[in-house]
Amino acid sequence: MSTSQLQLHRVDKIYGVASTGVHAVKDLSMQVNAGEIVALLGSSGCGKTSTLRMIAGFEEVSSGSIEINGTPIHQLPPVRRNVAMAFEGYSLYPPLTVRDNIAFALKSAKLAKSEIASRVAHVAQLLEIENILDRYPVSISGGQQQRASLGRALIRDADLHLLDEPMGQLEPQLRAVLRARIKHFIKERGLTAILVTHDQTEANALGDRIAVMEAGLLQQYDTAAHLKNSPANLFTGTFIGEPPMNVFAASVELHDNSVHLLLAEAVTLVYASSEFDPRVLERIAGVKKLMLGIRPYAVRRAASGVVATVVANQWLGDQTHISTSFAGSNLVIVEHDRVRLNKGDEISVAIAADDLHLFDSETWVALSHGRNVA
Amino acid sequence: MLETSPLETFLRGVAILLVILFFMFPIFWIVLMSFQTNETILRIPPSFIFEPTFDNYRALITGKLETNAASLDIAFMRNMGNSVLLSVGAVLLALILGVPAAYSFARHKTRFSEDIAFTLLSFRFAPPLLVLLPLTIYFQKLGLSDTYFGLIWVYQLICLPLILWIVRGYFEDISEDVEYAYRIGGHSWFETFRKIAVPLAGPGIAAAGLLAFIFAWNNFIFALVLASADKQPVTVGALAFVTASGIQYGQIAAAIVLSITPTLLLAVYAQKYLVEGLSLGAVKG
Ligand SMILES: Nc1ncnc2c1ncn2[C@@H]1O[C@H](COP(=O)(O)OP(=O)(O)OP(=O)(O)O)[C@@H](O)[C@H]1O
Ligand SMILES: [Mg+2]
Repeated sequence: MSTSQLQLHRVDKIYGVASTGVHAVKDLSMQVNAGEIVALLGSSGCGKTSTLRMIAGFEEVSSGSIEINGTPIHQLPPVRRNVAMAFEGYSLYPPLTVRDNIAFALKSAKLAKSEIASRVAHVAQLLEIENILDRYPVSISGGQQQRASLGRALIRDADLHLLDEPMGQLEPQLRAVLRARIKHFIKERGLTAILVTHDQTEANALGDRIAVMEAGLLQQYDTAAHLKNSPANLFTGTFIGEPPMNVFAASVELHDNSVHLLLAEAVTLVYASSEFDPRVLERIAGVKKLMLGIRPYAVRRAASGVVATVVANQWLGDQTHISTSFAGSNLVIVEHDRVRLNKGDEISVAIAADDLHLFDSETWVALSHGRNVA
Repeated sequence: MLETSPLETFLRGVAILLVILFFMFPIFWIVLMSFQTNETILRIPPSFIFEPTFDNYRALITGKLETNAASLDIAFMRNMGNSVLLSVGAVLLALILGVPAAYSFARHKTRFSEDIAFTLLSFRFAPPLLVLLPLTIYFQKLGLSDTYFGLIWVYQLICLPLILWIVRGYFEDISEDVEYAYRIGGHSWFETFRKIAVPLAGPGIAAAGLLAFIFAWNNFIFALVLASADKQPVTVGALAFVTASGIQYGQIAAAIVLSITPTLLLAVYAQKYLVEGLSLGAVKG
């Protein structure tokens, strides 16, 4: 079993010449522990694939270093890095059958035939592709190609497994099944993996930690629970969570015993000072303008409180999304029961101090989460 | 399927027939000529009716040309052999040099790679006659004139740019990730080139090779100037039929038929690859 620790140190990637090129990855430092699965999450074009390609050795780092187990690898050719990768575009080799595509790395590692056969059988069963093993890549569907490509990566004993959106083409049911199996497979063998995905459920389910990237910058690298409860900045706050966090611009007034958050259209949220850690008050006193984030499921309908006007109301089968107009902006509320509300209805909402996320409106850096400083 | 009316089918047939007649007539006429004597060829008006004779072919194959005036030796079969040797040699050499070069141009783009590739292509722009004089002088200095090696070297200049430019396009069409997938599977770039890139570009390489072969085979001017009689290919050898006692049309026709046969056979054999190669899609990962 070969597992190992990966360390990226201040890695930059610029495509083309430095002055005019695309700065795809900026000053990226992160560490992946041995046996850990890290999910890499971020919007399209944020530099996820570029990061994986630098680790695998298909793109040179523009600056910085990459180490596996303390050995710099960023100047080694791909063949010597001992890294496995499932490609975003599958990249199966057309003249080989699915079976041979999955097996060729093991063959070149000179494993015994019987060993190869049993491993291929195992992986194929895991990914439900036993029935297409003897077909050629051109004659199978996109989702099947994707699983074949994933199998080709998983089957190897590499130091590191890079999986670039390995299940993007699959239907949610199959994805859910495979998710569990793949996690078991990786953990059982103690493999180390980085998984790129657009699916937060997948990131939460598979990743021990989640790295959130945006515009080439690592925004936050943390466990799923931390990302949700303590987003480091407004980007992570709004990016993580479905439906996304409600955001309002606000200014602060500190009174003797209370904190007033002034929103647009003269909406004011009032809290007792005792509901916050004194350091929070200290911090927000210095920042007059801030951004207020509230998770949709944290908004409560109450007998009294501030008023919001219903714009739309949707029952999704397991939860209700109530879209309201509030403080000149949109406030989405999630409830777990079916709610009968019509457009134009006025409702009173309450937002607990514990559910407030405050961000600096200029730097977007988090100031507080609930009663605690960020 | 779209329905086509019988009339449309018929008109299409006629159109195709006309095109075939137009393009094939000269070849058809030459084939007819090759079975005639000079007298029947030159009669006026020309006619399709004649008594076929194999004399022309016999003369070419035995190497004895009987004219009304005299009997002279011709080296047609030797010319054929030279053509095969020169063309095959040149294409092989150009493939050995050109395929790796094309791969490198396709995969490793540097600031100058486009310029270098263009320079190589520009050899094709220069009129051969302009190149010939200096080349003759160099060849004499180097002791290369009238050697097979020297001739293949020159022929290879005709083939290399073609192969380089065509094959480069095919390599560019192969998804790089297919190669990367193979490389991180534990293979060096050279293994990847040999086992992944070359097989995937195979149809393209075959097509380029065939085209280069035809160009080399049809070359006239370089061989005319740089080679002496015993190393000349058919294109130059055919001049021998313009004799003091007249032009031997029948034998020229037979010589043409024989000399286009290898290329024709090759083209028919390689047709599958050509079609595959020209419809690129086949190599996309
Ligand atoms: N070979 C390249 N040359 C120039 N720019 C590139 C190249 N590859 C990627 N880029 C640019 O770098 C940025 C990051 O691309 P990358 O492929 O890493 O995004 P990604 O996060 O994987 O996106 P997606 O989720 O859509 O796959 C993009 O702006 C992209 O246009
Ligand atoms: Mg990507």
